[in-house]
Amino acid sequence: MGNWITTKGPESDIVLSSRIRLARNIKGYHFPHIMSVDEAKKVIKECSNSIMEKSPVLAKDFHVIEMDKLSPIERSAMVEEHLISTGLAENYPKSAVLLNTDSTVSIMINEEDHIRLQVIYPGLQLKEAYEYASKLDDVIEESVDYAFDQRMGYLTACPTNIGTGIRASVMLHLPALTVTGNINGVLNAVAQVGLTIRGIYGEGSNVQGNIYQISNQVTLGLSEEEVISNLMAVTKQIVDNEKAAIEKLKESNIMQLEDTVYRSLGILKNARLLSSNECLNLISNIRLGVGMGIITDIDSTLLNEIMISIQPATLVKREGKELDSASRDIKRAEYVRERLK
Amino acid sequence: MICQICHKRPATVHITKIINGVKTEMHICEQCAKEKEELGIKSDMSNFITPFSFSNILEGFMDFPGLGAVPREVHEEIRCPGCGISYDDFKKTGLFGCSQCYDTFRDRLEPIIKRIHGNTQHTGKVPKRSGGIIRLKRDIEGLKYELKKAVENEEYEKAAQIRDRIKELNNEK
Ligand SMILES: [Zn+2]
Ligand SMILES: [Zn+2]
Repeated sequence: MGNWITTKGPESDIVLSSRIRLARNIKGYHFPHIMSVDEAKKVIKECSNSIMEKSPVLAKDFHVIEMDKLSPIERSAMVEEHLISTGLAENYPKSAVLLNTDSTVSIMINEEDHIRLQVIYPGLQLKEAYEYASKLDDVIEESVDYAFDQRMGYLTACPTNIGTGIRASVMLHLPALTVTGNINGVLNAVAQVGLTIRGIYGEGSNVQGNIYQISNQVTLGLSEEEVISNLMAVTKQIVDNEKAAIEKLKESNIMQLEDTVYRSLGILKNARLLSSNECLNLISNIRLGVGMGIITDIDSTLLNEIMISIQPATLVKREGKELDSASRDIKRAEYVRERLK
Repeated sequence: MICQICHKRPATVHITKIINGVKTEMHICEQCAKEKEELGIKSDMSNFITPFSFSNILEGFMDFPGLGAVPREVHEEIRCPGCGISYDDFKKTGLFGCSQCYDTFRDRLEPIIKRIHGNTQHTGKVPKRSGGIIRLKRDIEGLKYELKKAVENEEYEKAAQIRDRIKELNNEK
Protein backbone atom coordinates (compact mmCIF):
# COMPACT_ATOMS: atom_id res chain seq x y z
CA MET A 1 0.00 0.00 0.00
CA GLY A 2 1.38 3.40 -0.93
CA ASN A 3 0.53 6.56 0.98
CA TRP A 4 -2.21 9.00 0.02
CA ILE A 5 0.16 11.59 -1.37
CA THR A 6 1.77 9.40 -4.03
CA THR A 7 -0.90 6.74 -4.56
CA LYS A 8 -4.48 6.80 -5.79
CA GLY A 9 -7.35 4.92 -4.14
CA PRO A 10 -11.09 4.40 -4.61
CA GLU A 11 -12.88 7.70 -5.36
CA SER A 12 -9.61 9.57 -5.02
CA ASP A 13 -10.75 12.31 -7.39
CA ILE A 14 -12.82 13.56 -4.48
CA VAL A 15 -11.71 11.56 -1.43
CA LEU A 16 -8.03 12.32 -0.98
CA SER A 17 -7.52 10.11 2.05
CA SER A 18 -9.14 8.03 4.79
CA ARG A 19 -7.75 8.18 8.29
CA ILE A 20 -8.27 6.07 11.40
CA ARG A 21 -6.87 7.15 14.73
CA LEU A 22 -7.11 5.01 17.86
CA ALA A 23 -6.42 6.52 21.29
CA ARG A 24 -4.93 4.18 23.90
CA ASN A 25 -3.36 4.59 27.33
CA ILE A 26 -1.25 2.41 29.54
CA LYS A 27 -2.25 1.48 33.08
CA GLY A 28 -0.10 2.87 35.86
CA TYR A 29 1.34 5.94 34.14
CA HIS A 30 0.23 9.56 34.38
CA PHE A 31 -1.34 10.94 31.23
CA PRO A 32 1.20 12.86 29.10
CA HIS A 33 0.17 16.40 30.08
CA ILE A 34 1.22 15.88 33.71
CA MET A 35 3.95 13.24 33.35
CA SER A 36 7.63 13.85 33.97
CA VAL A 37 10.17 13.52 31.17
CA ASP A 38 11.57 10.38 32.84
CA GLU A 39 8.17 8.78 32.93
CA ALA A 40 7.57 9.82 29.32
CA LYS A 41 10.79 8.11 28.23
CA LYS A 42 9.61 4.92 29.93
CA VAL A 43 6.32 5.05 28.05
CA ILE A 44 8.16 5.67 24.77
CA LYS A 45 10.36 2.67 25.48
CA GLU A 46 7.48 0.37 26.42
CA CYS A 47 5.46 1.32 23.36
CA SER A 48 8.27 1.16 20.86
CA ASN A 49 9.48 -2.15 22.29
CA SER A 50 6.04 -3.64 21.69
CA ILE A 51 6.75 -3.26 17.97
CA MET A 52 10.54 -3.00 17.60
CA GLU A 53 11.48 -5.80 20.04
CA LYS A 54 8.45 -8.05 20.27
CA SER A 55 7.44 -8.14 16.63
CA PRO A 56 10.40 -8.86 14.34
CA VAL A 57 8.21 -8.69 11.25
CA LEU A 58 6.88 -5.21 12.00
CA ALA A 59 10.23 -4.03 13.34
CA LYS A 60 11.63 -4.24 9.80
CA ASP A 61 8.93 -1.88 8.58
CA PHE A 62 9.04 0.69 11.42
CA HIS A 63 11.48 3.22 12.79
CA VAL A 64 11.30 5.37 15.92
CA ILE A 65 11.75 9.13 15.87
CA GLU A 66 11.99 11.00 19.16
CA MET A 67 10.66 14.52 18.83
CA ASP A 68 13.53 16.14 20.72
CA LYS A 69 15.96 14.77 18.11
CA LEU A 70 14.31 16.92 15.44
CA SER A 71 14.58 20.64 14.75
CA PRO A 72 11.40 22.72 15.10
CA ILE A 73 11.24 22.99 11.30
CA GLU A 74 11.50 19.22 10.87
CA ARG A 75 8.73 18.73 13.40
CA SER A 76 6.48 21.25 11.65
CA ALA A 77 7.21 19.68 8.27
CA MET A 78 6.02 16.32 9.63
CA VAL A 79 2.81 18.00 10.78
CA GLU A 80 2.35 19.42 7.28
CA GLU A 81 2.81 15.95 5.81
CA HIS A 82 0.06 14.68 8.17
CA LEU A 83 2.54 12.24 9.71
CA ILE A 84 2.13 13.63 13.20
CA SER A 85 -0.24 16.01 14.95
CA THR A 86 0.59 19.49 16.17
CA GLY A 87 0.05 18.19 19.69
CA LEU A 88 2.77 15.57 19.29
CA ALA A 89 5.23 18.08 17.82
CA GLU A 90 4.58 20.48 20.69
CA ASN A 91 4.96 17.82 23.34
CA TYR A 92 8.71 17.29 22.92
CA PRO A 93 10.86 16.15 24.72
CA LYS A 94 8.16 13.80 26.01
CA SER A 95 6.95 12.59 22.61
CA ALA A 96 8.00 10.22 19.85
CA VAL A 97 6.55 8.55 16.78
CA LEU A 98 6.89 5.15 15.17
CA LEU A 99 6.63 5.50 11.40
CA ASN A 100 6.40 2.77 8.81
CA THR A 101 8.32 2.78 5.55
CA ASP A 102 5.54 3.89 3.22
CA SER A 103 4.31 6.56 5.67
CA THR A 104 0.81 5.10 6.01
CA VAL A 105 1.15 4.41 9.75
CA SER A 106 2.19 6.76 12.55
CA ILE A 107 2.09 5.49 16.10
CA MET A 108 2.30 8.69 18.09
CA ILE A 109 3.55 8.29 21.64
CA ASN A 110 2.70 10.84 24.34
CA GLU A 111 0.45 13.16 22.46
CA GLU A 112 -2.67 13.86 24.53
CA ASP A 113 -2.80 10.11 25.19
CA HIS A 114 0.05 7.65 25.58
CA ILE A 115 -0.71 6.13 22.19
CA ARG A 116 -2.39 7.63 19.16
CA LEU A 117 -2.25 5.02 16.44
CA GLN A 118 -2.93 6.56 13.04
CA VAL A 119 -3.39 4.84 9.69
CA ILE A 120 -3.95 6.94 6.56
CA TYR A 121 -4.85 5.22 3.28
CA PRO A 122 -5.43 6.82 -0.12
CA GLY A 123 -9.01 7.33 -1.31
CA LEU A 124 -12.07 5.99 0.45
CA GLN A 125 -10.71 3.03 2.43
CA LEU A 126 -11.89 3.51 5.98
CA LYS A 127 -12.57 -0.18 6.60
CA GLU A 128 -9.20 -1.22 5.28
CA ALA A 129 -7.46 1.43 7.35
CA TYR A 130 -9.32 0.33 10.47
CA GLU A 131 -8.51 -3.32 9.91
CA TYR A 132 -4.80 -2.58 9.80
CA ALA A 133 -4.99 -0.16 12.73
CA SER A 134 -6.79 -2.80 14.80
CA LYS A 135 -4.18 -5.43 13.95
CA LEU A 136 -1.37 -3.12 15.05
CA ASP A 137 -3.38 -2.31 18.18
CA ASP A 138 -3.51 -6.05 18.98
CA VAL A 139 0.24 -6.38 18.51
CA ILE A 140 0.93 -3.50 20.90
CA GLU A 141 -1.56 -4.86 23.44
CA GLU A 142 0.29 -8.17 23.59
CA SER A 143 2.98 -6.55 25.72
CA VAL A 144 1.33 -3.34 26.96
CA ASP A 145 -1.42 -3.17 29.62
CA TYR A 146 -4.08 -0.88 28.27
CA ALA A 147 -6.26 1.22 30.56
CA PHE A 148 -9.67 -0.26 29.84
CA ASP A 149 -12.95 -0.15 31.71
CA GLN A 150 -15.77 -2.55 31.06
CA ARG A 151 -18.29 0.27 31.03
CA MET A 152 -16.31 3.17 29.63
CA GLY A 153 -14.08 1.26 27.24
CA TYR A 154 -10.58 2.51 26.44
CA LEU A 155 -9.81 5.29 28.90
CA THR A 156 -8.38 8.51 27.51
CA ALA A 157 -7.05 11.76 28.93
CA CYS A 158 -10.10 13.62 27.65
CA PRO A 159 -13.54 12.04 28.17
CA THR A 160 -14.56 13.04 24.64
CA ASN A 161 -12.43 10.14 23.35
CA ILE A 162 -13.37 7.29 25.70
CA GLY A 163 -15.00 4.06 24.58
CA THR A 164 -13.59 3.01 21.24
CA GLY A 165 -11.07 5.86 21.23
CA ILE A 166 -11.64 5.97 17.50
CA ARG A 167 -11.54 9.03 15.34
CA ALA A 168 -12.32 8.15 11.74
CA SER A 169 -12.02 10.84 9.11
CA VAL A 170 -11.96 11.49 5.40
CA MET A 171 -10.30 14.35 3.56
CA LEU A 172 -12.51 15.59 0.74
CA HIS A 173 -11.94 17.95 -2.17
CA LEU A 174 -15.27 19.72 -2.75
CA PRO A 175 -14.79 22.58 -5.23
CA ALA A 176 -18.16 22.30 -6.98
CA LEU A 177 -20.22 22.18 -3.79
CA THR A 178 -18.21 25.12 -2.49
CA VAL A 179 -18.54 27.31 -5.59
CA THR A 180 -22.29 26.65 -5.88
CA GLY A 181 -22.79 27.44 -2.20
CA ASN A 182 -24.32 24.02 -1.60
CA ILE A 183 -21.57 23.28 0.88
CA ASN A 184 -23.59 25.05 3.60
CA GLY A 185 -26.31 22.44 3.32
CA VAL A 186 -23.68 19.75 3.60
CA LEU A 187 -22.16 21.39 6.68
CA ASN A 188 -25.51 21.45 8.46
CA ALA A 189 -26.49 17.93 7.46
CA VAL A 190 -23.16 16.54 8.60
CA ALA A 191 -23.42 18.22 12.00
CA GLN A 192 -26.90 16.79 12.49
CA VAL A 193 -25.73 13.22 12.19
CA GLY A 194 -23.07 13.70 14.84
CA LEU A 195 -20.09 14.28 12.56
CA THR A 196 -17.79 17.31 12.43
CA ILE A 197 -16.57 19.01 9.31
CA ARG A 198 -13.77 21.52 9.07
CA GLY A 199 -11.39 22.97 6.51
CA ILE A 200 -7.94 21.43 6.37
CA TYR A 201 -6.29 24.70 5.42
CA GLY A 202 -7.25 28.14 6.60
CA GLU A 203 -9.09 29.02 9.75
CA GLY A 204 -12.76 29.16 10.69
CA SER A 205 -15.03 29.77 7.72
CA ASN A 206 -12.12 30.74 5.47
CA VAL A 207 -11.48 27.31 3.97
CA GLN A 208 -8.57 27.31 1.53
CA GLY A 209 -8.17 24.96 -1.40
CA ASN A 210 -11.70 23.53 -0.97
CA ILE A 211 -10.38 20.70 1.16
CA TYR A 212 -12.49 19.52 4.06
CA GLN A 213 -12.17 16.91 6.76
CA ILE A 214 -15.17 15.05 8.11
CA SER A 215 -14.87 12.98 11.25
CA ASN A 216 -16.97 11.28 13.92
CA GLN A 217 -17.52 12.91 17.30
CA VAL A 218 -19.06 10.20 19.39
CA THR A 219 -16.68 7.46 20.53
CA LEU A 220 -18.74 5.72 23.22
CA GLY A 221 -21.79 3.53 22.68
CA LEU A 222 -21.12 2.76 19.02
CA SER A 223 -18.89 -0.02 17.79
CA GLU A 224 -15.94 0.80 15.54
CA GLU A 225 -17.82 -0.76 12.63
CA GLU A 226 -20.84 1.45 13.28
CA VAL A 227 -18.70 4.59 13.46
CA ILE A 228 -17.05 3.67 10.17
CA SER A 229 -20.20 2.71 8.31
CA ASN A 230 -21.89 5.96 9.40
CA LEU A 231 -19.00 7.99 8.09
CA MET A 232 -18.85 5.87 4.92
CA ALA A 233 -22.53 6.44 4.21
CA VAL A 234 -22.27 10.20 4.69
CA THR A 235 -19.08 10.39 2.64
CA LYS A 236 -20.62 8.48 -0.25
CA GLN A 237 -23.56 10.84 -0.22
CA ILE A 238 -21.32 13.90 -0.27
CA VAL A 239 -19.26 12.37 -3.10
CA ASP A 240 -22.47 11.87 -5.10
CA ASN A 241 -23.52 15.44 -4.37
CA GLU A 242 -20.15 16.76 -5.48
CA LYS A 243 -20.34 14.73 -8.69
CA ALA A 244 -23.84 16.07 -9.38
CA ALA A 245 -22.63 19.63 -8.72
CA ILE A 246 -19.75 19.09 -11.17
CA GLU A 247 -22.19 17.88 -13.83
CA LYS A 248 -24.33 20.97 -13.27
CA LEU A 249 -21.35 23.27 -13.64
CA LYS A 250 -20.42 21.47 -16.84
CA GLU A 251 -23.90 21.83 -18.29
CA SER A 252 -24.32 25.45 -17.35
CA ASN A 253 -21.02 26.72 -18.72
CA ILE A 254 -18.28 24.33 -19.74
CA MET A 255 -16.28 27.07 -21.48
CA GLN A 256 -16.19 29.14 -18.30
CA LEU A 257 -15.00 26.11 -16.37
CA GLU A 258 -12.27 25.22 -18.87
CA ASP A 259 -11.15 28.82 -18.87
CA THR A 260 -10.82 28.84 -15.08
CA VAL A 261 -8.85 25.60 -15.09
CA TYR A 262 -6.43 26.73 -17.82
CA ARG A 263 -5.98 30.19 -16.35
CA SER A 264 -5.11 28.60 -13.03
CA LEU A 265 -2.54 26.41 -14.73
CA GLY A 266 -1.16 29.45 -16.53
CA ILE A 267 -0.65 31.29 -13.26
CA LEU A 268 0.97 28.34 -11.50
CA LYS A 269 3.33 27.75 -14.41
CA ASN A 270 4.37 31.40 -14.65
CA ALA A 271 3.87 33.25 -11.39
CA ARG A 272 6.92 34.70 -9.64
CA LEU A 273 5.15 35.20 -6.31
CA LEU A 274 2.65 32.79 -4.82
CA SER A 275 1.00 32.98 -1.45
CA SER A 276 -0.03 29.74 0.16
CA ASN A 277 -3.71 30.66 -0.05
CA GLU A 278 -3.60 31.56 -3.76
CA CYS A 279 -1.58 28.46 -4.54
CA LEU A 280 -4.00 26.12 -2.73
CA ASN A 281 -6.98 27.60 -4.55
CA LEU A 282 -5.29 27.32 -7.95
CA ILE A 283 -4.30 23.71 -7.23
CA SER A 284 -7.94 23.06 -6.37
CA ASN A 285 -9.03 24.37 -9.78
CA ILE A 286 -6.51 22.17 -11.53
CA ARG A 287 -7.51 19.16 -9.47
CA LEU A 288 -11.08 19.74 -10.60
CA GLY A 289 -9.84 19.97 -14.20
CA VAL A 290 -7.92 16.71 -13.84
CA GLY A 291 -10.95 14.97 -12.32
CA MET A 292 -13.14 16.16 -15.19
CA GLY A 293 -10.64 15.15 -17.85
CA ILE A 294 -10.04 18.73 -19.00
CA ILE A 295 -6.37 18.33 -18.14
CA THR A 296 -4.87 14.96 -19.00
CA ASP A 297 -1.10 15.41 -18.64
CA ILE A 298 -1.06 16.13 -14.90
CA ASP A 299 -1.63 13.43 -12.31
CA SER A 300 -3.57 14.17 -9.13
CA THR A 301 -0.74 12.67 -7.08
CA LEU A 302 1.55 15.44 -8.36
CA LEU A 303 -1.00 17.94 -7.06
CA ASN A 304 -0.92 16.21 -3.66
CA GLU A 305 2.85 16.50 -3.56
CA ILE A 306 2.75 20.16 -4.48
CA MET A 307 0.00 20.85 -1.96
CA ILE A 308 2.13 19.45 0.86
CA SER A 309 5.42 20.89 -0.36
CA ILE A 310 4.25 24.50 -0.57
CA GLN A 311 3.48 24.60 3.16
CA PRO A 312 5.77 26.99 5.05
CA ALA A 313 7.85 24.53 7.11
CA THR A 314 8.30 22.09 4.23
CA LEU A 315 9.49 24.97 2.01
CA VAL A 316 11.95 26.13 4.64
CA LYS A 317 13.17 22.58 5.22
CA ARG A 318 13.89 22.15 1.51
CA GLU A 319 15.73 25.47 1.30
CA GLY A 320 17.73 24.63 4.39
CA LYS A 321 17.44 28.14 5.84
CA GLU A 322 14.92 30.45 7.48
CA LEU A 323 12.65 32.29 5.04
CA ASP A 324 10.43 35.24 5.77
CA SER A 325 6.94 35.32 4.32
CA ALA A 326 7.96 37.37 1.26
CA SER A 327 10.84 35.07 0.32
CA ARG A 328 8.63 32.04 0.92
CA ASP A 329 6.27 33.39 -1.76
CA ILE A 330 9.21 33.58 -4.18
CA LYS A 331 10.47 30.08 -3.34
CA ARG A 332 6.94 28.68 -3.50
CA ALA A 333 6.44 30.08 -7.02
CA GLU A 334 9.85 28.73 -8.07
CA TYR A 335 9.08 25.29 -6.73
CA VAL A 336 5.64 25.09 -8.38
CA ARG A 337 7.02 26.23 -11.76
CA GLU A 338 9.69 23.55 -11.52
CA ARG A 339 7.18 20.78 -10.69
CA LEU A 340 4.74 21.76 -13.46
CA LYS A 341 7.36 22.08 -16.21
CA MET B 1 -25.38 40.73 37.29
CA ILE B 2 -28.44 40.27 35.05
CA CYS B 3 -29.11 37.14 32.96
CA GLN B 4 -27.79 37.48 29.43
CA ILE B 5 -30.65 35.51 27.90
CA CYS B 6 -33.83 36.88 29.48
CA HIS B 7 -32.30 40.13 30.74
CA LYS B 8 -34.73 39.93 33.69
CA ARG B 9 -33.61 37.61 36.46
CA PRO B 10 -30.26 37.76 38.26
CA ALA B 11 -27.52 35.59 36.74
CA THR B 12 -26.63 32.77 39.09
CA VAL B 13 -25.16 30.26 36.61
CA HIS B 14 -21.81 31.07 35.09
CA ILE B 15 -20.61 29.16 32.07
CA THR B 16 -17.14 29.39 30.67
CA LYS B 17 -16.37 27.99 27.26
CA ILE B 18 -13.01 27.87 25.61
CA ILE B 19 -13.19 27.41 21.88
CA ASN B 20 -9.97 27.45 19.91
CA GLY B 21 -8.32 29.23 22.77
CA VAL B 22 -10.95 31.96 22.84
CA LYS B 23 -12.65 32.20 26.18
CA THR B 24 -16.30 33.20 26.23
CA GLU B 25 -18.25 33.65 29.39
CA MET B 26 -21.98 33.41 29.84
CA HIS B 27 -23.90 34.56 32.83
CA ILE B 28 -27.47 33.38 32.96
CA CYS B 29 -30.24 32.69 35.43
CA GLU B 30 -31.22 29.31 36.81
CA GLN B 31 -34.36 29.15 34.69
CA CYS B 32 -32.67 29.96 31.39
CA ALA B 33 -29.92 27.51 32.27
CA LYS B 34 -32.55 24.80 32.68
CA GLU B 35 -34.05 25.63 29.32
CA LYS B 36 -30.63 25.59 27.74
CA GLU B 37 -30.01 22.25 29.34
CA GLU B 38 -33.22 20.82 27.94
CA LEU B 39 -32.27 21.94 24.45
CA GLY B 40 -29.34 19.72 25.10
CA ILE B 41 -26.26 18.92 23.19
CA LYS B 42 -27.73 19.48 19.72
CA SER B 43 -28.17 23.19 20.13
CA ASP B 44 -24.78 23.49 21.69
CA MET B 45 -23.20 21.64 18.82
CA SER B 46 -24.78 23.63 16.04
CA ASN B 47 -22.98 26.72 17.29
CA PHE B 48 -19.65 25.05 16.90
CA ILE B 49 -19.83 23.20 13.61
CA THR B 50 -16.43 24.36 12.52
CA PRO B 51 -13.14 23.65 13.71
CA PHE B 52 -12.36 21.35 16.58
CA SER B 53 -15.78 21.82 17.95
CA PHE B 54 -15.94 19.26 20.64
CA SER B 55 -13.20 18.94 23.15
CA ASN B 56 -13.52 22.34 24.69
CA ILE B 57 -17.21 22.69 25.30
CA LEU B 58 -16.85 20.29 28.20
CA GLU B 59 -16.32 23.02 30.68
CA GLY B 60 -19.62 24.59 29.78
CA PHE B 61 -21.47 21.36 30.45
CA MET B 62 -20.10 20.95 33.87
CA ASP B 63 -21.50 24.05 35.46
CA PHE B 64 -25.11 23.30 34.74
CA PRO B 65 -27.04 22.66 37.91
CA GLY B 66 -27.67 19.02 38.51
CA LEU B 67 -25.00 17.98 36.05
CA GLY B 68 -22.29 16.91 38.33
CA ALA B 69 -21.83 20.32 39.82
CA VAL B 70 -21.20 19.71 43.48
CA PRO B 71 -20.61 22.56 45.93
CA ARG B 72 -16.97 23.51 45.73
CA GLU B 73 -16.10 22.93 49.41
CA VAL B 74 -17.15 19.31 49.15
CA HIS B 75 -15.40 18.15 46.03
CA GLU B 76 -12.14 19.99 46.39
CA GLU B 77 -11.27 17.44 49.03
CA ILE B 78 -11.32 14.44 46.73
CA ARG B 79 -8.10 13.84 44.87
CA CYS B 80 -7.29 10.93 42.60
CA PRO B 81 -4.98 8.49 44.42
CA GLY B 82 -3.27 7.72 41.10
CA CYS B 83 -2.22 11.22 40.08
CA GLY B 84 -3.36 13.64 42.76
CA ILE B 85 -5.59 15.83 40.61
CA SER B 86 -8.90 17.14 41.90
CA TYR B 87 -12.16 17.43 40.03
CA ASP B 88 -11.54 21.18 39.77
CA ASP B 89 -8.21 20.53 38.07
CA PHE B 90 -10.05 18.39 35.55
CA LYS B 91 -12.63 21.10 34.98
CA LYS B 92 -9.92 23.62 34.21
CA THR B 93 -8.14 21.55 31.58
CA GLY B 94 -10.77 19.06 30.44
CA LEU B 95 -8.12 16.39 30.92
CA PHE B 96 -7.72 13.72 33.55
CA GLY B 97 -4.36 12.93 35.12
CA CYS B 98 -4.43 9.16 34.87
CA SER B 99 -6.78 6.31 34.04
CA GLN B 100 -7.63 5.87 37.74
CA CYS B 101 -9.35 9.27 37.67
CA TYR B 102 -12.28 7.57 35.95
CA ASP B 103 -12.83 5.42 39.03
CA THR B 104 -12.22 8.29 41.42
CA PHE B 105 -14.73 10.62 39.78
CA ARG B 106 -17.00 7.97 38.29
CA ASP B 107 -20.28 9.17 39.83
CA ARG B 108 -19.79 12.77 38.88
CA LEU B 109 -18.64 11.78 35.43
CA GLU B 110 -21.55 9.66 34.31
CA PRO B 111 -23.92 12.56 33.43
CA ILE B 112 -21.16 14.39 31.59
CA ILE B 113 -20.30 11.32 29.55
CA LYS B 114 -23.96 10.86 28.76
CA ARG B 115 -24.04 14.44 27.50
CA ILE B 116 -20.99 14.06 25.33
CA HIS B 117 -21.70 10.69 23.81
CA GLY B 118 -25.40 10.12 24.40
CA ASN B 119 -24.39 6.78 25.88
CA THR B 120 -22.60 5.47 28.93
CA GLN B 121 -21.83 1.89 27.89
CA HIS B 122 -18.94 0.87 25.66
CA THR B 123 -20.00 -1.58 22.96
CA GLY B 124 -16.91 -1.64 20.76
CA LYS B 125 -13.61 -3.46 20.73
CA VAL B 126 -12.29 -5.17 23.85
CA PRO B 127 -8.54 -5.71 24.36
CA LYS B 128 -7.60 -9.14 23.01
CA ARG B 129 -5.23 -10.33 25.71
CA SER B 130 -6.64 -8.71 28.84
CA GLY B 131 -10.25 -8.51 27.72
CA GLY B 132 -11.31 -12.17 27.93
CA ILE B 133 -13.30 -11.81 31.14
CA ILE B 134 -14.85 -8.58 29.98
CA ARG B 135 -16.04 -10.24 26.80
CA LEU B 136 -17.50 -13.06 28.88
CA LYS B 137 -19.29 -10.62 31.15
CA ARG B 138 -20.67 -8.82 28.11
CA ASP B 139 -22.00 -12.12 26.72
CA ILE B 140 -23.64 -12.91 30.04
CA GLU B 141 -25.26 -9.49 30.19
CA GLY B 142 -26.62 -9.99 26.69
CA LEU B 143 -28.07 -13.35 27.67
CA LYS B 144 -29.64 -11.90 30.80
CA TYR B 145 -31.42 -9.40 28.62
CA GLU B 146 -32.64 -12.20 26.33
CA LEU B 147 -33.76 -14.14 29.39
CA LYS B 148 -35.84 -11.25 30.62
CA LYS B 149 -37.44 -10.94 27.18
CA ALA B 150 -38.17 -14.67 27.05
CA VAL B 151 -39.82 -14.61 30.47
CA GLU B 152 -41.89 -11.57 29.51
CA ASN B 153 -43.06 -13.40 26.39
CA GLU B 154 -43.78 -16.51 28.48
CA GLU B 155 -41.34 -18.56 26.40
CA TYR B 156 -40.36 -20.72 29.33
CA GLU B 157 -38.55 -23.42 27.42
CA LYS B 158 -36.32 -20.84 25.74
CA ALA B 159 -35.81 -19.13 29.09
CA ALA B 160 -34.60 -22.36 30.64
CA GLN B 161 -32.08 -22.84 27.83
CA ILE B 162 -30.76 -19.33 28.26
CA ARG B 163 -30.50 -19.85 32.00
CA ASP B 164 -28.36 -22.95 31.45
CA ARG B 165 -26.11 -21.06 29.07
CA ILE B 166 -25.64 -18.27 31.63
CA LYS B 167 -24.73 -20.87 34.23
CA GLU B 168 -22.11 -22.34 31.89
CA LEU B 169 -20.58 -18.96 31.16
CA ASN B 170 -20.53 -18.07 34.86
CA ASN B 171 -18.54 -21.22 35.53
CA GLU B 172 -15.98 -20.15 32.93
CA LYS B 173 -15.27 -16.94 34.82
ZN1 LIG C 1 -32.63 34.24 32.27
ZN1 LIG D 1 -5.84 10.15 38.33
